[in-house]
Amino acid sequence: MIPIRDWLARLGLFMALALPGLACAATDAAPAEPAKAATKPAGSATTADHAKFEALRKPFASGPEVTRACLSCHTEAARQVHKTKHWTWEFLNPETSQRLGKKNVINNFCTAVPSNYAFCTACHVGYGWKDQNFDFGAEANVDCLVCHDTTGTYRKIPGLAGHPTYKDMEFPPGSGRIAKAPDLTRIAQRVGKTSRTTCGACHFYGGGGDAVKHGDLDSSLTQPGKYLDIHMAKDGLNFSCGTCHMTTGHEVPGSRYAVTVEKSEAGRAHMRGRDDGNPATCQACHGNKPHEGRQAARLNAHAVKLACQTCHIPEYARAQPTKMMWDWSTAGKLDKDGKPFKLKDAAGHDAYDSKKGDFRYESNVIPEYVWFNGKVDYTLRETRLDPDQVVRINRFDGGPDDGKSKVWPIKRFVGKQPYDVGNNQLLVFNTWGQNDTAFWTNFNWDKAIEHGMREIGAEFSGQYAFVSTEMSWPITHMVAPKADALACKQCHTAPGRLDAVPGLHIPGRHANPLLDRIGWSLAGLTLLGVIAHGAGRVYMNRKRGNRQ
Amino acid sequence: MSTHAPTERIYVFKRFERFWHWSQALLIITLMLTGFEVHGSYALFGFERAVDIHTVAAWSLVTLWVFAIFWHITTGEWKQYIPTFDKVGAMARYYLTGIFTNAPHPFKQTVVRKHNPLQRLAYLSFWLMMSPLIWFSGWFYLFHDRWVDWGVDAYLSLEWVAFFHTLGAFMILIFFIAHVYLTTTGHTVTSHIRAMLTGWEEVEK
Repeated sequence: MIPIRDWLARLGLFMALALPGLACAATDAAPAEPAKAATKPAGSATTADHAKFEALRKPFASGPEVTRACLSCHTEAARQVHKTKHWTWEFLNPETSQRLGKKNVINNFCTAVPSNYAFCTACHVGYGWKDQNFDFGAEANVDCLVCHDTTGTYRKIPGLAGHPTYKDMEFPPGSGRIAKAPDLTRIAQRVGKTSRTTCGACHFYGGGGDAVKHGDLDSSLTQPGKYLDIHMAKDGLNFSCGTCHMTTGHEVPGSRYAVTVEKSEAGRAHMRGRDDGNPATCQACHGNKPHEGRQAARLNAHAVKLACQTCHIPEYARAQPTKMMWDWSTAGKLDKDGKPFKLKDAAGHDAYDSKKGDFRYESNVIPEYVWFNGKVDYTLRETRLDPDQVVRINRFDGGPDDGKSKVWPIKRFVGKQPYDVGNNQLLVFNTWGQNDTAFWTNFNWDKAIEHGMREIGAEFSGQYAFVSTEMSWPITHMVAPKADALACKQCHTAPGRLDAVPGLHIPGRHANPLLDRIGWSLAGLTLLGVIAHGAGRVYMNRKRGNRQ
Repeated sequence: MSTHAPTERIYVFKRFERFWHWSQALLIITLMLTGFEVHGSYALFGFERAVDIHTVAAWSLVTLWVFAIFWHITTGEWKQYIPTFDKVGAMARYYLTGIFTNAPHPFKQTVVRKHNPLQRLAYLSFWLMMSPLIWFSGWFYLFHDRWVDWGVDAYLSLEWVAFFHTLGAFMILIFFIAHVYLTTTGHTVTSHIRAMLTGWEEVEK
């Protein structure tokens, strides 16, 4: 038996190296016992075959059990993860001293995590965060598989506090669809690097569904073509998320809580390996003078003031529509049988959901453009707001003259959400749960808000209303091929793309109107003058000719 | 417009001068057409091509001028532009009235004095006012990306550089309109143009 297995292993290795496309076929042809050689991802140069590790050759009843097995070799992994935002859901912005992160921020999508932990933490890299008493120090609570699964079968179910289901269950409830309990042993034996699928499992679905939140991050990036993403294209460079978000010690760089704007300085490029800067920037690979060819100097000059993304991501939501508006104030309508319902718009996208309110989706969206220096100010729960103004959940700081800003493309997401009329503050409310306070259960705002505010121990005046909010999202993914970058004319014309950006002089867009008026008038008068002069000469000449 | 006065032919414009004039004319027309498109006045070539053509034409004109300045210095022809106010009034009166009544031209053109006093002033203003304005502003416009290296970024703004470049362009446009018209005011309507093509001018004796 063993020699045959060895032979199979060698065959598999040969297949994996020489015929990557057939590696799966080799797996299929293997005998009933899983062929170990095929457990390594095709083309992988890893020196460890996890299927051969004794610690993983046993059944696992739960996620934490798998984690303990992982930690028996990867002794520092959990403690590394414990330091990251993926684990803490918290970020103390050193520039603004604001305490951010999913745990603290109230956004204008699903709004807030507290009181909804077990649902939201389906996207936490841990197990068991079901309430405020979660043990952030427990190493076994770290979920290794959600990032390192290579089988595509590991799935955390909202409502299970970060756990996958350990026995087949219907999900979503009432849908008739069955979420299968994943084979933890098989998954553990095939762990590998993170992939577009593992990162995407959460980041593509932010805001409660595919393509909802970012506009430049959605499931279309799992198998993108070149037009959608020149770096990630399957038939091109085939980058994974980690190629740019080059991770060290589980610390993933490139957070939007503190964006690296990379104001270029003459001659200095923030290159990978030469700088301790953020590797997840365009400049980290392309440098500060990335353009070549005839227009290189002129385009590089543009790059001093414009973020690369401004020209190279001409539109976002290019493969599927993204949510642009979410109005919670209309949530809770029920049909004539007293049941929640959903409506679609003409294009077939969700337009209304009793649980969430009104939506608007858009495709191929032209970004808005703002000066941005990397500093972001948030309206936190504690922040007093002016209910007569649109509340800016976050505000991108920057301007033409601060020497640090560049013009960035953003998605501006607008909505309405509850605020405390007495205290003029944003409200936390209980969305999901088995209890009768959950809005999705009983559609009662008073109970939902009261429970949410009690959960965080904050004061609620008892009176709520809905306030208009907006949130800015940097557009940075879905870089198009250079042929699809913005053409000059898209800004150098009137009206142009950058019309709303102050402090720019754009030839073809901005001209001194007084100079134009005087210049053209004088030129016109000169023309009229010489025509009149010429006509006079012709007339006088004729008159003389007639006389003679 | 008179055909009665006795005339003679003199060789006014030498071969280089004529080459310089016509290639400069072509380049300036191209620069005006593309320049005002870049300015946003209309669409003709498309913005990107207009910028390209404008840049190439500008460099071509710079090259041409290097030769032209060399030629003017070495041949002494630069003296043709020394301003004189002698007969300026008479020239102005001629264009305003005399030209209509077939009065004699107040200026006798010769090979060493080929420009009339008004021409001298006009061309001198072209050389000393419009050209420096358009070249300096154009230079900084073109090399906007080098301002930081040159240490001038604190003193210049693209808005004002563009303003002066446009100002120069309007002055040249007005000059151009008047200039083209005034070519018809020679001994015959076409005699000036013919002179610029062949070098030989027909002048009244």
